[in-house]
Amino acid sequence: MSQNFRLNTGGLINRDKPIEFKFNGKKYIGYEGDTLASALLANGIHLIGRSFKYHRPRGFFGAGVDEPNAKMQVEINGCSEPNINATEIELVNGLSASSQNCWPSVNFDIGAINNFFNRFFPAGFYYKTFMWPKSFWYKVYEPFIRKAAGLGIASLEKDKERYEHKYEYCDLLVTGSGPAGLASAYAAAKNGAKVILAEDKPRYGGTLLTDDVTIDNLSGKDWSEKIISELIEMPNVIVKNRSQVFGYYDHNMMVMFERTGDHLEKKSKYTPRQRLWYIRAKEVLLSTGSIERPIVFGNNDTPGVFLSAAAKEYMKVYGVLIGKKPIIFTNNDSGYETAIEFKKNGVNPIVLDTREDQNSELINEAKDLNIKIKFSYAVIVAHGYKKVKSATIGKLNKEKIDFENTEQIDCDSICVSGFWTPTVHLASQSGNKLKFNDSIDAFVPDKSKQNEHSLGAANGTFTLQDTLKNSFNTGSEVSKNITKKDEKIQIPNTNERKYSAHDKFWCSPLPKGKHYKRFVDFQNDVAVSDIEVALREGYRSIEHVKRYTTLGMATDQGRTSNLNGLQLVANVEKKIVPQVGHTTFRPPFTPVTIGTIVGREIGKEYMPTRKTPMHHWHEKNNAVWVDAGAWKRPRYYKRGNENLFEASKREAKNVREHVGVCDVTTLGKIDIKGPDAAEFLNRVYTNAWLKLPVGKARYGVMLREDGIVMDDGTTTRISENHYHMTTTTAQAANVLSHLEYYLQIVWPELNVNVVSTTEQWAGAAIAGPKSRDLLAKLFSKIDVSNEALPFMGYVEGDLLGVKARIFRISFSGELAYEINVESDFGLFMWEKIIEIGEEFNIQPYGTEALSTLRIEMGHVAGPELDGRTIPYDVSLEGLVSKKKDFIGKRSLAKEAFNKADRQKIVGLVPLDRKSSIPEGSHLVENKNAKLPNPKLGHVSSSCWSVENNNPFSLAILKDGKNMIGKKLFAVSPLKNTSIEVEVMSSHYVDHEGKRVRS
Amino acid sequence: MLNIKCPYCGDRSQKEFAYGGDGTITRPKLNQEISDEEWDNFVYLRKSPRGKHIELWHHIAGCRQWFKVERDTTTHEIFRTFKPEEEF
Repeated sequence: MSQNFRLNTGGLINRDKPIEFKFNGKKYIGYEGDTLASALLANGIHLIGRSFKYHRPRGFFGAGVDEPNAKMQVEINGCSEPNINATEIELVNGLSASSQNCWPSVNFDIGAINNFFNRFFPAGFYYKTFMWPKSFWYKVYEPFIRKAAGLGIASLEKDKERYEHKYEYCDLLVTGSGPAGLASAYAAAKNGAKVILAEDKPRYGGTLLTDDVTIDNLSGKDWSEKIISELIEMPNVIVKNRSQVFGYYDHNMMVMFERTGDHLEKKSKYTPRQRLWYIRAKEVLLSTGSIERPIVFGNNDTPGVFLSAAAKEYMKVYGVLIGKKPIIFTNNDSGYETAIEFKKNGVNPIVLDTREDQNSELINEAKDLNIKIKFSYAVIVAHGYKKVKSATIGKLNKEKIDFENTEQIDCDSICVSGFWTPTVHLASQSGNKLKFNDSIDAFVPDKSKQNEHSLGAANGTFTLQDTLKNSFNTGSEVSKNITKKDEKIQIPNTNERKYSAHDKFWCSPLPKGKHYKRFVDFQNDVAVSDIEVALREGYRSIEHVKRYTTLGMATDQGRTSNLNGLQLVANVEKKIVPQVGHTTFRPPFTPVTIGTIVGREIGKEYMPTRKTPMHHWHEKNNAVWVDAGAWKRPRYYKRGNENLFEASKREAKNVREHVGVCDVTTLGKIDIKGPDAAEFLNRVYTNAWLKLPVGKARYGVMLREDGIVMDDGTTTRISENHYHMTTTTAQAANVLSHLEYYLQIVWPELNVNVVSTTEQWAGAAIAGPKSRDLLAKLFSKIDVSNEALPFMGYVEGDLLGVKARIFRISFSGELAYEINVESDFGLFMWEKIIEIGEEFNIQPYGTEALSTLRIEMGHVAGPELDGRTIPYDVSLEGLVSKKKDFIGKRSLAKEAFNKADRQKIVGLVPLDRKSSIPEGSHLVENKNAKLPNPKLGHVSSSCWSVENNNPFSLAILKDGKNMIGKKLFAVSPLKNTSIEVEVMSSHYVDHEGKRVRS
Repeated sequence: MLNIKCPYCGDRSQKEFAYGGDGTITRPKLNQEISDEEWDNFVYLRKSPRGKHIELWHHIAGCRQWFKVERDTTTHEIFRTFKPEEEF
């Protein structure tokens, strides 16, 4: 079979370039410029899938976004993707498509048995059937339903394609390049506005490509080409095809999906497949056009039933006949355009018009062409299982609720036209409450909530002349307000046929005794009878009817089913459509790939990676990384076959015995300056700060207003009005915001400035009994003795020509110093420390050893300051001033915080001195107690104590103060452990803190 | 996504800002005698009005200034943005 349904001439396809593709394993030929749908139709393929619920044979129905049926599994460039609309994807060499929702094949689908039992599958079938017994849901029902239903199959492989995001700002975004879009974009562009014109299809022009009209004596197509080529040349205009604006968000944030790669036969490595545009537009002009409404009749889902405008588009754009013996079933003049087009191409259609005998320009033209027309006629039911073979038609009685006579006629296709529905999705998403327009039986936009206007058919204006006039004027007006320029534009002359009034007929009645399935929603298999069931069962709100029947819920978002569904509810309820109301339109208008939404923010590009200046040294020295926020920190430095446990033990032990060096660049650093800096710190921290001398550091704790510890760290007075604050790595950003809040909002009278200097300083901590000896060698010119630089002292020094800050502070509990140099010298400092430290057996240590050292010492960190602890809980109550006020102090007076058995930090050691206690274990008195076993506390941090060579943990324990010496169980259901532990002081090593002062 | 006019920098996308809660709350003065109830009201109790709301925003990825925004919580319409020292 080779393109038997392709016309010899005509269409906008490139007949010089045949394209080979596959459908369900068979090879076919189409042309460049085809969609997958038009190429299949050219080859006479109509049966392309099975319906969702009943597995009924389905064929093409539309020619673009209106298509509800033609969802396919499509493979391009080795990537397989489900649910691709065949009417939207362009044909490229090597494309391979297959039908979905059918097994074993589209021609013989076992699931079609559902169709014969369809009276057992009414609306709400799944809700009613699979409710009981409850335990069956996960094991029986859900797996069964998942297997039976569903559309295509998502690939399990990693997506190799490239997706990108783009941000753009413009004065006007125009969505759609039909007559309304072209005219408004052109007028705005002439006024100098920055315009983006977006067209969903590959070709610009919208209905101008298919309608027989002239504008300024040019055909619609030629005029659109002329305008587009002018727009493309203008520097203030971005013209985009293959770009669907699918979402309208707050403050005119529009989101657009551009198909950049799929239509290219060969694309470069860096060409994205798809691009997501975030467009902030001052004004949005919605020229989204309209979609033809179906008329509902029996078996109206049989392959071969089309929207009449789609049939016309296949002829005019693709040179394809959707049938050679068509019935045109219409309630308005649009159907005649399709009939005339058939006739021009040598096909004899029959027109069934539900209206009584009519006259109009179009009807007369059809009559002159000897097209057979039957007035007051309707299609009752289509016959044929996998393709329309004939139809029973009938003459409507006067009330149009029954038939006077019926007959069966042969046909191979039925083209329906039930008038036009404005595409109001974006307007509705913008917050525009729609209003019902009686004269077109459809909703149109009402008052704008945001800066948007709907134009042309999207606004219910169906004549070219009015559309152009309104669109030129609106484009002009709106842009004039922005650019203050007003270029007069001559509104072109148009020539178009006049329509006569349409008929409100939307659904063929059933002859007595007949139970034909009449579908309202093809994609979700919702028939007239399903909606009637829902109403009979008491569902009244249209939102409930929608959810119960799934009407209008699938990927096509009810584009063809919405209004007919509302009409049906209105009829049954004896209401009118505006009383029924409409369901909410939600983005996306058309499906968007997850890849596009994700863009480049995937894998290691998910967020920025922060590296310290010493990063590459760590890398070269076998650092094993751990993420600390966005930072990469060495967790340990691997030697030989060491594991985490062995390496961290070695590193920590080396600190206790000799000296170690740790990269502490990631600690938050905040520079605080101003005459009121001391007063500010005094309010921020719980302890006293007014008397801290210059050249001294102090440890401080800050609270939230609710009394919970927010962060801790040291702050050093560099000079009279200049302080250097350090925060934990995790809280750095929050602390800065916190300080800024109090300075700008709460106490603006304080003359203080704060700024983050985290990235300006590289930091190295040298810790261990030999650290002073090392420091003396690093800074030969300064006195580093205990007297000259005592614990919590600060000096500035010269590190082999580099200016450095030296803080005598310690997290490890050993004699220790932190050296800061400007970031550019970080690596230099580090290498010098390693080089000169060699004689003292220096080893770098990572965060795991760092944790071990601080846990043994009972120093608290993130796991203890977990957003639930007050100073008392972590034994920092000694730092809480009784004299002065500070942030959060008033909360500490609360009753719950002062109970006698308040939780408190303790140390734990396993009785067997061997078993490591999993972090997160719960502490209970009796491991065998009946559940729920009262929880006394939890294990916050665990390590292997290198000092005592056995496991040691910190825990937050109820009444911890009085629990020292008690024996409890640490149970972890996650790790399935239950370890008997002894409660002791949280300071396991160096109780008096002698080492840091030595 | 909102478009917020920072009173210091001009129009910027919401992405650059962090929300900072009710902008009409005043912190009790330091060393002020205050009942448990009053203090709890300040720390915990916030209204969640439907409609106009004065709130704090922080231009966290910009000038790092805190400022106030008068916004409709249902429509997201922003009526005005202003510096904290300006009257509301």
